[in-house]
Amino acid sequence: MRTEDYALSIATPEPVEASPARTARGAAFDRLFEALCFSAATFLLCALGGIIVSLAIGGWPAFAKFGFHFFTTATWDPVAEVYGALGAIVGTLATSALALIFALPLSLGVAIFLVELCPTVLRRPIGTAVELLAGIPSIVYGMWGLFVFAPWFAMHIQMPLMMAAPAGSVWEKLVAGVPNGANILTASVILAIMILPFMAATLRELMLTVPSQVRESAYGLGSTTFEVVRKVSLPYVRTGAIGAVMLGLGRALGETMAVTFIIGNAHGLPTAVFASGATIASTIANEFAEATGEMHTASLIALGLVLFVITFVVLALARLLIGRQAHA
Amino acid sequence: MNRRLTRNVGNAAFLAFCWAATGLALLALAAILWSLLKQGIGGLDANVFTMSTPAPGSEGGLLNAILGSVMMCALAMLGAVVIGVLAGTWLAEYAKASRYGALVRFLNDVLLSAPSILVGLFVYEIIVAPTKGFSGYAGAVALALLAVPVITRTTEDVLRLQPVALREASVALGAPVWRTILAVVWKAAQGGMLTGALLAFARISGETAPLLFTALNNQFLNLNLGQPTANLPVVIFQYALSAYDDWRRLAWTGAMLIALSVLAVTIVARLLTRELRRS
Repeated sequence: MRTEDYALSIATPEPVEASPARTARGAAFDRLFEALCFSAATFLLCALGGIIVSLAIGGWPAFAKFGFHFFTTATWDPVAEVYGALGAIVGTLATSALALIFALPLSLGVAIFLVELCPTVLRRPIGTAVELLAGIPSIVYGMWGLFVFAPWFAMHIQMPLMMAAPAGSVWEKLVAGVPNGANILTASVILAIMILPFMAATLRELMLTVPSQVRESAYGLGSTTFEVVRKVSLPYVRTGAIGAVMLGLGRALGETMAVTFIIGNAHGLPTAVFASGATIASTIANEFAEATGEMHTASLIALGLVLFVITFVVLALARLLIGRQAHA
Repeated sequence: MNRRLTRNVGNAAFLAFCWAATGLALLALAAILWSLLKQGIGGLDANVFTMSTPAPGSEGGLLNAILGSVMMCALAMLGAVVIGVLAGTWLAEYAKASRYGALVRFLNDVLLSAPSILVGLFVYEIIVAPTKGFSGYAGAVALALLAVPVITRTTEDVLRLQPVALREASVALGAPVWRTILAVVWKAAQGGMLTGALLAFARISGETAPLLFTALNNQFLNLNLGQPTANLPVVIFQYALSAYDDWRRLAWTGAMLIALSVLAVTIVARLLTRELRRS
């Protein structure tokens, strides 16, 4: 904001003459400070641009060698130096989609609980607790998932389901896999727990923007809470809510450590929800530091670029839909 | 009567679901914290803070990893606060409704939730590959890149909350705009800006993915950030997936330390905003 921009609301007396040298210095430093702030903002732009450019350059050898096959084949063979991204791409999309399916109803439930149902005394502690769930580092989720959740899941859910499946049925194919709990489904459940607090927080902010007169009118007409939420609150925040979902999706797509721990890290196309798989992020995390050759490194960076493009589109859509009113 | 019954039953089911969903989220938090304490507290002794990471089977602690993490986070925060605060100030005070401002704001929001592993790849490409060496500095740069968007966003938000009259008053007294911002607007917004910095710190202190191929790891105590540097998240990652029981125990202890410190910082930031709202 420049000095001239300030509207003076009252009549001012004749200003006292300041020393010209001082005024000049102040003005010079004003420009310097604005330039400083401007460069910091531009730095952000450069960082994002730099990420795209560096990934494109680093991944170029892989795109050049494999061409479009890079996206359509699922072979990932560092020994033969043949790389296809399809397995990792499908793994990423599948885990994220499943995570979203689990997390969406739950996060809506939490948001509605906090806005409509929660006793006032509990509102702050529960809100904070949900926020803490968002604060737990990804690697802790990974350890918990691998050492606590996966064995429990294998014992109490996976084994019984496999036992119950009739031989030769589609059901049996669907639940096939090593019963150790490290698979696509458990990875999705952990992802769901991780994105739940983000989506719940955004949805809550959105639902708080619904004018209370509108909600109260609906209650006054005799609506139940369910009807108020379904017919008044949710339609009011619809666009933003889709944005919140996209935001959760963006998080899930790029989530690395937790998935790396628990997905089983198997290349190739995943065949069942109880099968091991890999995502783009988990493949990079596992292999990049020990990549065997230049083509291996390039292929991993190319994978990174694919992930970047996917998440960029999703996050950009999310931001456009949420708008700036609800601060996520 | 029948219709009223279905409506009430539907409503009751819906309310029950909302309660259950919240209960489930709280249960997940409790279960994770419980496992951390149960598995981590046993390994917590003086060795953890006085000895470096051991070879399998011998005594050791996490000293080198804790120190490395603290140094990298501190350096990252130093850079991120400067850039983030200035960028946030530009967005709030200078950019206004300009198109360029809207673009930067938008891209900052995208960066805010961009996958952290890609930031690691980027830093690998621009620092590690050209200098042919993993280093603590590269790790710090990666962490800083993750912290900047958080600080920019919160800075812009809190600066916008400051009343225009405050700025007018300062300018009317003859202060140039830069002094108005530094001495009046920042001063008024400092609590909120501190909260933003704390949240950014909480975010980067647990980040693992961007450090895997920037700072790498180091078995020994190392105060030179020009070398590969040990850090808690990567040590936890390697030790947790190892086949040695004592390494796994250390990993749990490390995970407990990191989670509890992140949660503590988050709660402090939370209490701070509460104080601010009250005053």
